[in-house]
Amino acid sequence: MSRRDWLKLGGVGVAGLSGASILALARRGGAAAALERAGLRQEAGSTHEELQQLRMGVFGDYPPGDGFDPMAFLTEFDYGRVVRDPSGRTVREYEMVAVDREIEVAPGVWFPAWTYNGQVPGPTLRCTEGDVLRIRFSNAGSHPHTIHFHGTHPTEMDGVFPVIEPGERFTYEFEAKPFGVHPYHCHSLPLKRHIHKGLYGVLIVDPPGGRAPAREMVMVMNGFDTNFDGENEVYAINTAAFYYQTRPIRVGVKEPVRIYLVNMTEFDPVNSLHLHAAMFRFYRTGTRLDHHEFTDTIMLCQGERGIVEMELENPGLHMVHAHQSEFAELGWMSFIDAVPHLAAEAGVPVHRHG
Amino acid sequence: MDSGVTGPSGSSAGGSVGSPGRRLLLGIAPLLLLAALVAVFIVVDPTSVLRTGFPPVEELTIERVTLPEPGVMRVHVVNGGPEPVTVAQVLVDEAYWKHEIDGDRTIPRLGRATITIPYPWVEGEPHEIVLLSSTGVTFSYEVEVATQTPRPSARFFGIFALLGIYVGLVPVLIGLLWYPFLRDVGRRWIHFFLSLTIGLLVFLGADALHEALEIAGSVPAAFQGVGLVVLGVLGSLLTLRAVGSVRRRTGGGEDGPRDRLRLAYLIALGIGLHNLGEGLAIGSAYALGSIALGSFLVIGFAIHNTTEGLAIVAPVAADRPPLRQLLAMGALAGLPTIAGTWIGGFAYSPIAATLFLAVGVGAILEVVLEIAGMMRREDPGGLFQPLNASGLAIGLLVMYGTALLVVA
Repeated sequence: MSRRDWLKLGGVGVAGLSGASILALARRGGAAAALERAGLRQEAGSTHEELQQLRMGVFGDYPPGDGFDPMAFLTEFDYGRVVRDPSGRTVREYEMVAVDREIEVAPGVWFPAWTYNGQVPGPTLRCTEGDVLRIRFSNAGSHPHTIHFHGTHPTEMDGVFPVIEPGERFTYEFEAKPFGVHPYHCHSLPLKRHIHKGLYGVLIVDPPGGRAPAREMVMVMNGFDTNFDGENEVYAINTAAFYYQTRPIRVGVKEPVRIYLVNMTEFDPVNSLHLHAAMFRFYRTGTRLDHHEFTDTIMLCQGERGIVEMELENPGLHMVHAHQSEFAELGWMSFIDAVPHLAAEAGVPVHRHG
Repeated sequence: MDSGVTGPSGSSAGGSVGSPGRRLLLGIAPLLLLAALVAVFIVVDPTSVLRTGFPPVEELTIERVTLPEPGVMRVHVVNGGPEPVTVAQVLVDEAYWKHEIDGDRTIPRLGRATITIPYPWVEGEPHEIVLLSSTGVTFSYEVEVATQTPRPSARFFGIFALLGIYVGLVPVLIGLLWYPFLRDVGRRWIHFFLSLTIGLLVFLGADALHEALEIAGSVPAAFQGVGLVVLGVLGSLLTLRAVGSVRRRTGGGEDGPRDRLRLAYLIALGIGLHNLGEGLAIGSAYALGSIALGSFLVIGFAIHNTTEGLAIVAPVAADRPPLRQLLAMGALAGLPTIAGTWIGGFAYSPIAATLFLAVGVGAILEVVLEIAGMMRREDPGGLFQPLNASGLAIGLLVMYGTALLVVA
């Protein structure tokens, strides 16, 4: 067997191999073998082979097509059904339904979630500052729920009162402001459980003139306490642990990239994002058009959010993960793969506002 | 009331349960009904209404974690719960880790599985392993001090055998050297030493019972740890009692030298079973890295166990048994320690350990009853004469004092 074969044995593919081969791998003596065992040995090669060197991570994989697709969620923006009110203003209408649903938070691990529209996070609602949002909410779940939006709006539209009982409906209507990236979530009591069970999502309010064209995506930092002991067993970006580790997010080299980042983690006071091999501009809450800092690590409190903008100079895998190593090793671990000339390839379109 | 006068012979003569075939039928009928009930439950499942809406009850027990070589952990799991459990993910030190399960990921009720994890564990440091089921339930186990698990090699068999000889065999043989001293002390003092022996044994028995119940707590629920203890204690007690009563009946009334020799062997057997448990504890603790076997600990065990030799020779002191008999008794009491360290070091299982320890308790209980009986037959005052009672108390104190030396 060549060294490369051994690397494959030690990597992601280990799952499907026999215990004997693990033993054979581990039995090899010397520093090189020790490094290989730890998954640290540097061996130049393709992205695929680099990924296979990681020993940390989940067993198995997510089955294809079970409803929620984290890769599609990244770039799914719901602009609603657009109508004009008598004064000519844009009104965006949305249907939101709270439903109980089991979701897969790590391969083979099912969590009894409460969801908006059957998915966690809920749909990413998108509009422009000054639009009227009309959100028809019906509660098809087993507990009373609400939708509380962050932002400026009349207090009776704040989604704390009234509490919508199962089977009941309510329409939230307000003007979207200020521009920025805002979370929405259920505000029923007990609050901790209603949020951590999955009732949250992102509202993006674009500035009147829009933002510069970029490849845009939504990342919600979340966690799941699968045994309900008040600590998360799973951390992730967009629910599925390690999803973007095995399926790196592809962007173009030097292409403008914009990430709408929201922290909806429960139980832990803060979460963070750390980018490898590059720096990014960070816009706190996205409410100003000039950036607050130029960094590679930012920390967000529960409910805190912002916009990350970057252009990756170098091709290859850029690791993205929580800088709390514990969260990273419990699932909040991803890759962004910078590919030359990606825009020319078929696939995810570059988002241009308008 | 009057009908009772006819008695059992009357009713059988009356022919109501007369023929053997009919009696057999009456004996089997409840069993057939039970089988029918079980079949109905399996087919119709009437309890399903009780389960609706409840998540399945999952109960996995990690029996043992071995570290066969650097960079490899092996987890031995038993499903002691009522439902099959699917191991979806494995976490080591709060990190998801790649791993391999022999056989199916869904472990049936009472089923077992071995999980191999290529994890770079650190010598001398603790590690936590968590199994995450498909429903999100967690089962955890802490490796207190990571150290490579001894492989069943000639070298380790040798080391463990030596350990067993140090803490088990040699002290017992040294204790037997009290024989010439006891030979000349006279009946009155022999009884004192027999009482002291009872004190020693009661202490050992209580110690072993405590140990058995403690380990029983880590036995998977379905295997009923406490039930195993009761089974082991009463099983061995009753077996030894039954064997003893057969031999006594053939032997006749008074206790002769043969009876006393038998008693000495019985004591040796009881102590041997206790020492097997002690060996198990030492071997497994060593293998799991939860004790460092320093010289002090070995010395402690040695002093503690020397008193066991005294216990064995006390009943036969006046009879001058041949040397080979004494050696045989010493071997019977001491050698199981070696077997215990091997089993504990290489194939530790809480179920087996609980049972071994419980059997030892039963044997010790029987020996205590035998010695007390013999003393009572020879001297009506028995155990509760002031001299003998003080002997018992001193026996307990000696054990307590020497046990202070064994601080694992």
